[in-house]
Amino acid sequence: MLSIKNLTASINGTPVLKGIDLEIKAGEIHAIMGPNGSGKSTLGKVLAGHPAYEVTGGEVLFEGRDLFSLAADERARAGLFMGFQHPIEVPGVSNASFLRLAYNKKAEAEGRDELDPLEFDDFIHEKIKLVAMREEFLDRSLNEGFSGGEKKRNEILQMAVLEPKLAILDELDSGLDIDALRVLGDAVNRLQRPDRALLIITHFPRILETIQPHYVHVLSGGRILKSSGKELALELEERGYDWVLEASAAGGAR
Amino acid sequence: MSSNFNVVTSQDYKYGFVTEIEADSAPPGLSEDTIRFISAKKGEPDWLLEFRLKAYRHWQTMAEPDWAKVSYSRPDFQSIVYYSAPKQKTPKYASMDEVDPELKRTFEKLGVPINEQAALAGVAVDVVFDSVSVTTTYKEKLATVGIIFCSFSEAVREHPDLIQRYLGSVVPASDNFYAALNSAVFTDGSFVFIPKGVACPMDLSTYFRINNKDSGQFERTLIVAEEGASVSYLEGCTAPQFDTNQLHAAVVELVALDRASIKYSTVQNWYAGDKNGLGGIYNFVTKRGLCKGVASHISWTQVETGSAITWKYPSCILLGDDSIGEFYSVALTNHKQQADTGTKMVHIGRNTKSTIISKGISAGDSSNSYRGLVKVQPRAEGARNFSQCDSMLIGSTCSASTFPYIEVQNRSARVEHEATTSKIGEEQLFYFQQRGIPTEEAISMIINGFCKDVFRELPMEFAVEATKLLSLKLEGSVG
Repeated sequence: MLSIKNLTASINGTPVLKGIDLEIKAGEIHAIMGPNGSGKSTLGKVLAGHPAYEVTGGEVLFEGRDLFSLAADERARAGLFMGFQHPIEVPGVSNASFLRLAYNKKAEAEGRDELDPLEFDDFIHEKIKLVAMREEFLDRSLNEGFSGGEKKRNEILQMAVLEPKLAILDELDSGLDIDALRVLGDAVNRLQRPDRALLIITHFPRILETIQPHYVHVLSGGRILKSSGKELALELEERGYDWVLEASAAGGAR
Repeated sequence: MSSNFNVVTSQDYKYGFVTEIEADSAPPGLSEDTIRFISAKKGEPDWLLEFRLKAYRHWQTMAEPDWAKVSYSRPDFQSIVYYSAPKQKTPKYASMDEVDPELKRTFEKLGVPINEQAALAGVAVDVVFDSVSVTTTYKEKLATVGIIFCSFSEAVREHPDLIQRYLGSVVPASDNFYAALNSAVFTDGSFVFIPKGVACPMDLSTYFRINNKDSGQFERTLIVAEEGASVSYLEGCTAPQFDTNQLHAAVVELVALDRASIKYSTVQNWYAGDKNGLGGIYNFVTKRGLCKGVASHISWTQVETGSAITWKYPSCILLGDDSIGEFYSVALTNHKQQADTGTKMVHIGRNTKSTIISKGISAGDSSNSYRGLVKVQPRAEGARNFSQCDSMLIGSTCSASTFPYIEVQNRSARVEHEATTSKIGEEQLFYFQQRGIPTEEAISMIINGFCKDVFRELPMEFAVEATKLLSLKLEGSVG
């Protein structure tokens, strides 16, 4: 589904990704872990097409298409979704109308019928159950005055509405208490299907107890230092990141 | 991918065409002779000529105001044509059939319904082309309930007593530089009179069009609502695209007697000049409403999107006890446009209330300022004001300023002022794009959200127009 080869990227001329290789197949769940400032969030933003980053080398194929030939909104309509670590607030734009526009843009791109406000109302009321969101949040301005947890709930609601092929979830667990984390983790699990894939970006291994990955990658200094199965997450929880970094340094830079 | 905001050209101004029509014009320049010429052309009574000459003499002693945050080359008042009218045989068209077909086509092209059959249901229109009113629709129908809706010139002929009583009663001829100039040389405009107890059954509207390259437009609008009367009035304006600047200096006076209510809405789309700041209208306008009676109510709603320079402060004098003044404004500037706009709320009567909601949007290299005065006079026991002034910046080469002036002379008054500045930035747009929403639609949605509190004050068709207009004006502003 996603094939990343020797990807390098920079921001304001400073290199932040220094050669990433990663293969994600349909049905798989991958976790990218690493210390703060390692480049994990950058990887997500570069894949989603954030304008502040410049791709300086390498290749990314999404479903066989050159990802970088698509604008950010085209990538989204092609099925790439990013759950933001810090979703922005937009005063005056109702959550429901934003969700409906996003849904209809994707429906239009896929040649499906767009939903009018009444049809969408029925549709969205089913979806909010999945993330246990209260109805009033649909009528409020997009993310405005939402708590950290409510914003994350809204991100997963958007994922449920858009049903992406590949969802990149950036620090889903930050700002969530244990109960909310379980609710949203379960929601993400229920959205996962054999033809979809997940890339979980996280600092803490805790979320991986609920959303169990097939592969765990440790990213530091703009490179993937170690890749393994989900047992790596447990090891990181016990031992922290330093040993991976040290082992990598001892082995010499690639 | 680039992190730069690219300010590229906005949508072409689709009202920028010129109508080829033979005009009856005064020679350029301003003197007492010019004023006598205009007054004679219109067959005015002596008192009105005197009003003009007095204003002119006062104007000569005044200096052009320079306190607004706008910079432009001062108009050369001797090169302006102060009177320009489409040539016609009779002073006023007896029926629509007599209107020059070229003129009819112009207004059709602009989407202004000057033909009653084709008119929007429920909107009566007075159409002003350069210096004169071309036609007024639904006049007879309105007359059956005692409403007077006609051109200003006609009102001077048919209702001189009303004009003499109210002209200059809210904006005195000596009020300010441009009001004095207007009082000296105004050529036409609209007059509305709603008699006691009558709720106007339809929205009234004036459409202003500047066509002549060298002419200024100096129109005058006077609306009087007697005791218990109410009216909703709409104003729209466009001008052709010229490389030179045209001056528009209008005066609007509103008078609301006891429990009367006047709602005045404007969508201003004068030609703004090109993206390098060449050409465009200088929009120097004095608009003021007098809440003369108890519990009277005046509400201004404006959507300002055009003009090279805007200098405009629709205001309310809250004289009657329990009277209410409101100002709802969206001002959008792009490219080299400069706007200095806001309001004055002067609380004189007891328990008077005012609300100010101002939304400034700046893009390109434009400058957008809110300037507002809230004044509570000693007798205004229990006066209340709420002001909210929000600015939104698009890109990094524009500017937004807020100049609130608050003068309170009564201890029981409550005055609240809130202000915010936000920026449509990369992060906001990226969020929308990441959900599959293209940039232009994202901007449109964010802007409409930002302006919602003002748009909901507009009559339905106007709100739809305004929404489209803002999107059009911002097209290509963020790349």
